[in-house]
Amino acid sequence: MSGGGSLVGGVLVAGIQITAVAVGGPLLVGIMRKIRCRLEGRIGPPIHQPLLDLRKLFSKQRMRPEQSSWVFGVAPVVLVATSVLIAAMAPLATTRPPFGRTADFFAIVFVLLLGSVSLALAALDTGTPFGGMGSSRAMTIGALAEPALLVAILAMSIPAHTSNLPALVRIGLVHPQLIASPERILALVSFLVVILAESGRLPVDNPSTHLELTMIHEAMVLEYAGPDLGLVTLGESMRLALLLGLLVNLFAPWGIADRTGAAAFTIGLAALFAKVVLAGIGIATFEVFTAKLRLFRLPELLAGAFVLAVVAAVTALVVR
Amino acid sequence: MNNVSLVVTAIVGCAAAIAGGALPVRTRVGAAVILTWGACAAAFVGAVHVLQTGHPMVLNSTRILPITGVSMALDPLGAIFVVITAVVAIASTLYWLGYASHGLSSRTASAAMPVFVTSMLLVPAAGSVATFMWLWEVMALASLLLVLVDQRRREETRSAAQWYAVMTHAGAAAILLALVMIAGHGGGQTFAAIRIHAAHLPTAVRTTAFLLALIGFGSKAGAVPLHVWLPKAHPEAPSPASALMSGAMVNLGIYGILLVGDRLLGGGPTWWWLVVTGVGVISALFGALHAATSTDLKRLLAYSTADNMGLVLIGVGASGLFASTGHPIVASIAMVSALLLTVNHAAFKGSLFLSAGSVQVATGSRDLDRLGGLMKRMPVTGAVFLVGGLAIAALPPLNGFVGEWMLFQSLLHGLPTSSTAVAIAVPVGVAALALTGGLTAAAFVKAIGIGFLGRPRSEGATTAHEVPRTMQFGAGLLAGFCVVLGIVPSIVMPALERAAAVAVPGASARPLSASTDLRLVGFQGVLAPALLAGGLALAFFLVVILRRIAQRRSDLRLTLRSAEPWGCGRELQTARMQYTATSFAEPLQQVFDDVLRPDRDLDVSHLAESRYYTEKIAYRTSIGDVIEHNLYRPIIGAVYRWGLWARRLQNGSVHRYLAYGLVVLVIILAVIV
Repeated sequence: MSGGGSLVGGVLVAGIQITAVAVGGPLLVGIMRKIRCRLEGRIGPPIHQPLLDLRKLFSKQRMRPEQSSWVFGVAPVVLVATSVLIAAMAPLATTRPPFGRTADFFAIVFVLLLGSVSLALAALDTGTPFGGMGSSRAMTIGALAEPALLVAILAMSIPAHTSNLPALVRIGLVHPQLIASPERILALVSFLVVILAESGRLPVDNPSTHLELTMIHEAMVLEYAGPDLGLVTLGESMRLALLLGLLVNLFAPWGIADRTGAAAFTIGLAALFAKVVLAGIGIATFEVFTAKLRLFRLPELLAGAFVLAVVAAVTALVVR
Repeated sequence: MNNVSLVVTAIVGCAAAIAGGALPVRTRVGAAVILTWGACAAAFVGAVHVLQTGHPMVLNSTRILPITGVSMALDPLGAIFVVITAVVAIASTLYWLGYASHGLSSRTASAAMPVFVTSMLLVPAAGSVATFMWLWEVMALASLLLVLVDQRRREETRSAAQWYAVMTHAGAAAILLALVMIAGHGGGQTFAAIRIHAAHLPTAVRTTAFLLALIGFGSKAGAVPLHVWLPKAHPEAPSPASALMSGAMVNLGIYGILLVGDRLLGGGPTWWWLVVTGVGVISALFGALHAATSTDLKRLLAYSTADNMGLVLIGVGASGLFASTGHPIVASIAMVSALLLTVNHAAFKGSLFLSAGSVQVATGSRDLDRLGGLMKRMPVTGAVFLVGGLAIAALPPLNGFVGEWMLFQSLLHGLPTSSTAVAIAVPVGVAALALTGGLTAAAFVKAIGIGFLGRPRSEGATTAHEVPRTMQFGAGLLAGFCVVLGIVPSIVMPALERAAAVAVPGASARPLSASTDLRLVGFQGVLAPALLAGGLALAFFLVVILRRIAQRRSDLRLTLRSAEPWGCGRELQTARMQYTATSFAEPLQQVFDDVLRPDRDLDVSHLAESRYYTEKIAYRTSIGDVIEHNLYRPIIGAVYRWGLWARRLQNGSVHRYLAYGLVVLVIILAVIV
């Protein structure tokens, strides 16, 4: 199980990470829903409900709006494919994922962006006002979130002298004092805001709303049904799991496998699950006590995240 | 081999121009195109030879131009620009074959196009001030003629051409001044002589010359605030000419800055490059913001050119910064990234302008709010535009992504090694780069989504048909380069490294270890574009297969049912209910209200019976160019007023003119005596 050393090991690691994200993502969404329901005094659906929903969706017939082109059908596949690629390459359960040396953080951000852009294009392809509305808002938020994200990555990369993702995670293991350094903490806050914005959580977007005019993400995917909707839901939950997985590994790398071998990898996987679930519970709890921001207040939030990221980058230079 | 290709390029290019101007209308364009290809091929072969051997190609002749003679010297840096120009020119002229029947087959146009291409091929090979300025002017005038092609039909074209003429000639004057200053203080007018004496020039001369060159070449490259001609001239020019202007000509502005700043003056103090980086940041942000809010397809592309040239300038500036602080290896990485961004920009912007031209031909409009649904009606053009748009938004696995990644890497690795000024400039650069990236993605989601997806918004878009094959191939060729350079950028890397080694003073190291991966030498930074592309393709098919398996279990077949989209219970949905380009950009426009300063106009008329009911609402909004409005309009106004005042000198009276003569004579005598 080394990074590209043995092919079988590499494929195995990639396969397990992909499966973990593909199953764990919907479960994470289920857990977060459960937490919210419990805190609001409701019982809520079982935590594996998203998986049941997926099974139901995949057994339905494919449908598309009559004016749409091939882009509408391809976009969900691209969305899931980007998540699968990142799940294979990113340091989730081990710091030595296959092709880890090429898992550049900037590259991964752009791969994620490919998924968002294809969904935004598909939304415009429906030819309905809701699709356009969702697409326009999602791209606006994306355009404002990207600077914060990339500068946060820069701030984390400066002390490590690289933007290679496994190296960034490993440096936290080797030099734990770096995690508590001001630039990492500032970057953490910035990164967290970006994750909330990118995955459509409160206070940016309400994942459980069904009122078209207030939604962003749901408006984009309103026309999807059956297996395509299943892919979109799966892709979105995988993205949430991936982003949270990267977040916890960057800011609390403990438990991740730094050696090759099945035992270390299993521990790493278990640690990943535990940390991501904890982060998910934290976000769900936060969401209970938060109201959705007005659309035109969002730039202030994202600009705040951006300023934090710039401060983080400058701090990293001063502290060095 | 050493200089034959330059001679052939010049001669065949002239032959193409003569053929275009002299032959009858049926054979004119075909002959001009084939001869232009000959000139491009000759230049391409020569430039590739220079890039492979690293030896400059030299040609000197005193017979052609009187007094100064012609002096050519093509080094690897110039050769990169020759290669870019040749490829864009071959694609654009191929496209021209199909486009000619849409108003681009006149004698003037058919002669101007080869002249334009040939002069662009030769500008980077110029080896002396006189030769350079001569070719530069030919290039400017030929492109001006091409901008003017539609002037009989459209009022805007004339105005655009005026702006272009003034800006390009003001720029040329600045360049001439700069070059003459350094040539005058140095040993002569050939670039080789200037280079030898550059180190002994007084600082004031060096600084003035560099700033003048930055202004002159910056106006050609569309650097803000000298970009004003770009969003006027590029949309008004016929599309093959816009593709050439945006894919090849603006690059020569970058070449000029490198020529004067690095090649002739041999680098300069840190603050020069801070200025260049600053100009780059402003251009990138301003261009991206306007691209995100434009509704005219070609205007959007023109602003995006300013944006991309801004990114290139950030790379050039960063390279200069790192070189001036004594870090030649990072400087080389930054320079390679700047050159790669230039190459990429030529590929995607060329294909985007050409396919935008196809849209204009097929629908009769380039207003995004009148397009839509073209992906089904023009599948090839739609796919080409999609590839170009995704490439420019820096999405993997296309070429724009590789260029931006390298620029990020150079900024990251340059940071910890440098002075305070650089340490502040670089995070700002990264932030600008990132915001630009986000805005560009929004701009091109808009261009693709509103222009090609959804329902057609006008009669023209409903009845659109695919354009002739030559036009599809011309645009598709450049889109093919976007894909190839995105997956195996290593094919151009050795050439770019060689050019960067020439451009960066004091650098000879190869900054990249070129396998199929891109690996920075001396730093931990690896990108495997081929692996990413392969992984994406593999993941894509994996998902498709899994979906099939999941579907097989159900009794429903894989048939795709199409249905009326959801309209909140409304029966009828029309194309007018869709989001338009204006509404798509509205949130961004509100966020950046202070920079864009849009003109908004809201008229609400009430019913006569009761003010509680409105009869109709009229809403108009337009986004002008703030810089044009606040910087250029006052200048133009002042010049105009001065002209009016000066007119009083002439009232047609012979007595007054005689008096002027007397006064001048007295003054001259007084001065002399």
